[in-house]
Amino acid sequence: MIKAILIFNNHGKPRLIRFYQYFAEDMQQQIIRETFHLVSKRDDNVCNFLEGGSLIGGSDYKLIYRHYATLYFVFCVDSSESELGILDLIQVSLIYFLIYCSFNWIFIVFVETLDKCFENVCELDLIFHMDKVHYILQEVVMGGMVLETNMNEIVAQVELQNRMEKSEGGLSAAPARAVSAVKNMNLPEIPRNINIGDINIKVPNLSPF
Amino acid sequence: MFPFESGHVRLGRRYFPSSPSRSAEAGRAAILNVSLVPLSAAKRDDSRVVLVSPRLRMPAPIRLRELIRTIRTARTQAEEREMIQKECAAIRSSFREEDNTYRCRNVAKLLYMHMLGYPAHFGQLECLKLIASQKFTDKRIGYLGAMLLLDERQDVHLLMTNCIKNDLNHSTQYVQGLALCTLGCMGSSEMCRDLAGEVEKLLKTSNSYLRKKAALCAVHVIRKVPELMEMFLPATKNLLSEKNHGVLHTSVVLLTEMCERSPDMLSHFRKLVPQLVRILKNLIMSGYSPEHDVSGISDPFLQVRILRLLRILGKGDDDSSEAMNDILAQVATNTETSKNVGNAILYETVLTIMDIKSESGLRVLAINILGRFLLNNDKNIRYVALTSLLKTVQTDHNAVQRHRSTIVDCLKDLDVSIKRSATQSVSGENICEFVLCIYSHQ
Repeated sequence: MIKAILIFNNHGKPRLIRFYQYFAEDMQQQIIRETFHLVSKRDDNVCNFLEGGSLIGGSDYKLIYRHYATLYFVFCVDSSESELGILDLIQVSLIYFLIYCSFNWIFIVFVETLDKCFENVCELDLIFHMDKVHYILQEVVMGGMVLETNMNEIVAQVELQNRMEKSEGGLSAAPARAVSAVKNMNLPEIPRNINIGDINIKVPNLSPF
Repeated sequence: MFPFESGHVRLGRRYFPSSPSRSAEAGRAAILNVSLVPLSAAKRDDSRVVLVSPRLRMPAPIRLRELIRTIRTARTQAEEREMIQKECAAIRSSFREEDNTYRCRNVAKLLYMHMLGYPAHFGQLECLKLIASQKFTDKRIGYLGAMLLLDERQDVHLLMTNCIKNDLNHSTQYVQGLALCTLGCMGSSEMCRDLAGEVEKLLKTSNSYLRKKAALCAVHVIRKVPELMEMFLPATKNLLSEKNHGVLHTSVVLLTEMCERSPDMLSHFRKLVPQLVRILKNLIMSGYSPEHDVSGISDPFLQVRILRLLRILGKGDDDSSEAMNDILAQVATNTETSKNVGNAILYETVLTIMDIKSESGLRVLAINILGRFLLNNDKNIRYVALTSLLKTVQTDHNAVQRHRSTIVDCLKDLDVSIKRSATQSVSGENICEFVLCIYSHQ
């Protein structure tokens, strides 16, 4: 079982955090700090497996991590997970996510070398699409177990759900709806200057959101 | 900056911009904000004359991306904290306003702030309101919020049960998927007891998207309430005849979980060994399938899962072990090892061979593969090989001895993980020999 998936940058700033076991909020932050401390000490040419820190469960758990450019991807797993398999999962799936987030394509040619991948994708894509990445991750790992590994499936399913969101207006489109609602209303001419008592309000043009 | 008492003109709260960075936002907000009450009709809460568009009491809450952008401009931790506190206050007021339109946006921002380590518990109830909404957007962020912020320790979580029950029967598969995901991540024992029937129903559906999620949800239910394992037994009957790899994968996980928990289930599922062997054979022989191909190997993740289940089924059972000998030999000899994925499969095969009652020829093959791993350039492979040698040293002492010199070489490796693993590979009896070996190499 995967206990946690942590993605943080070279300074330990969290970029995506997902725990599949309950930890109190301050404990979560402590675990992130401890994991960063353990993982950032490692050279680039050593193996990608570590014993879990004491906060996350100690030697019963392993930290499987990969370091790409400015990001660390860390999976904390117990003995029921295949270490090499999880490493593959990070390599195969997570890079796909980032590419998907930044370019929003459905069919992406899988790039063999990860360094090449990361030229086109940067940490900012992960930062600004935190919610999207969570949704993609949900299609790959569920309840701490690997759900799906076929990239085309995952991308197609996420894309359809994103389309449903878009058709409703999405997270941030509320003002657009308000504007269209206003456009449909029969309003009298909006006064440009409103004077009430000693309050003077100038109403500028409503620009589209 | 606070609402005036009745009898005065009531303006929105943010008409006066509080800081330069907000002025653009506040400017726009001011327009939406103006809700003018004729002095004579000023009452506490009602009858407003709206001169400009639909009344919104608060300025529109800023979007998630804008918040992220703002926070990133903070140069110190204190500055960031201040920005976040300000936004939290705004979000709290927005929640109090019971505004349905912006709730999803506010919860998204709350989740971001939660990730950075700031308290977000006041959003828990809002997540529930989002889950109860009819809109997919609301449900999506609401369920995510529930999974990140809620847990069975909070009483609030039980309120979700009814929503999840309805959503499990929703007409849209993605809503059903969200409900299954949430239940499978953080469902408490009470929730699992209430909803196990729904999960079982979905485990029998022909929709592969839902079926694979239902399988993992069932695993969670069984972990929380082991007595319910029996009820999933009928549904497992034809799980392995699925073509969809996602369903196969999660079905194997479910079967593995059931076998690990109950010896009765284990003996019951032994009859699946031929079917599993067949599936594995098809994966190896199927040739190139772009859907599942990873570096030239067909669905390595599924292969690894099946090998693990075979290990559990074959352990201590002659007939099952016999039935899988051939396929294990085939995987061990035919798997391409130039990429990491091949090694993951080989490693799993070796562990299976060592655990079941395999023929001696097969065991020797397994140890030799491990020996080859020890000499691999990839440090990950060496680490993994050493950890398995550690496990095998109890059973196949002699075979491990053959690779003693390689193990000692690993000790010279600077990598702490590998060194620790190599040291542990030394068994009690030959520790003297090993120490002598180490000293002689130094």
